[in-house]
Amino acid sequence: MSDAAATPVRALVTLPREVKRGEPFEVRLLVAHPMETGHRADAQGQRVPRDIVRRIECRLDGDLVFAADLHPAIAANPYVAFPLVVQGEGTLVVAWTGDRGFDHRTSVVVKPL
Amino acid sequence: MAGDVEVSLGVMDEQESRRANAAESPRPRRRAVLVAGAALLVIARPAAATPQALREAVAAFTGGATPRPGRVRLEIAELVENGNAVPVTVSVQSPMTAADHVRRIALFTERNPEPGVAVFHLSPRNGRARIATRMRLATSQQVLALAETSDGSFWQASVDVIVTLAACVES
Repeated sequence: MSDAAATPVRALVTLPREVKRGEPFEVRLLVAHPMETGHRADAQGQRVPRDIVRRIECRLDGDLVFAADLHPAIAANPYVAFPLVVQGEGTLVVAWTGDRGFDHRTSVVVKPL
Repeated sequence: MAGDVEVSLGVMDEQESRRANAAESPRPRRRAVLVAGAALLVIARPAAATPQALREAVAAFTGGATPRPGRVRLEIAELVENGNAVPVTVSVQSPMTAADHVRRIALFTERNPEPGVAVFHLSPRNGRARIATRMRLATSQQVLALAETSDGSFWQASVDVIVTLAACVES
């Protein structure tokens, strides 16, 4: 979809202020997205087609460390939090993909103490 | 509102309707609201997944294995005002080592239009088996959390949630 490509995607990857080597910490993901369920009707009674984020993948220096498959029952602006352990500095790349060609990536550098 | 009163006038006798017009007695108005409310309920009720659909979705996740109760902790409010974004946390007792860890955590609902909510894929690199998200609840119902451990066993927990303002009905 051209409109999807034209609109900048707002996404957040939040890490704790302090990350310790070898200790689990929480990674919080948030992306602005309507998560249109495909079960609703518009004012004219027409079914609004489904438009959701279907998968989230998180890679640390290329290795898949977390993934989620989402269904329409996930609330709008999907929020997902998961734990992670790192042994050293690395780059975490989060990819959100979904209907209508939705594809967004955000990367953050994880720097343990 | 004027339209609603007209609907209820149709089922009132003459005397009653005269009283309604003159004094605006609360009774016909209450009836009008009831009629309008009933009509709304019929229009707005979304298609719901049946318990049969839930069983099938769970069986598809477990590959037919029967999940055992225990090890999984499902945290969700038992009384929810707004079903559009309900915080939910699932944690599983697990050392998260290469030999013994949680592979997947899944969330299901009994009466949403689709039983599946999400599947989360974990590994020893997570260090802990705990996920959090925000979900939609179309109506009061049971929410189910399942976990698959590295030995191939399945564990589950469930919570009955009462929803006062449901998701999916607003347009």
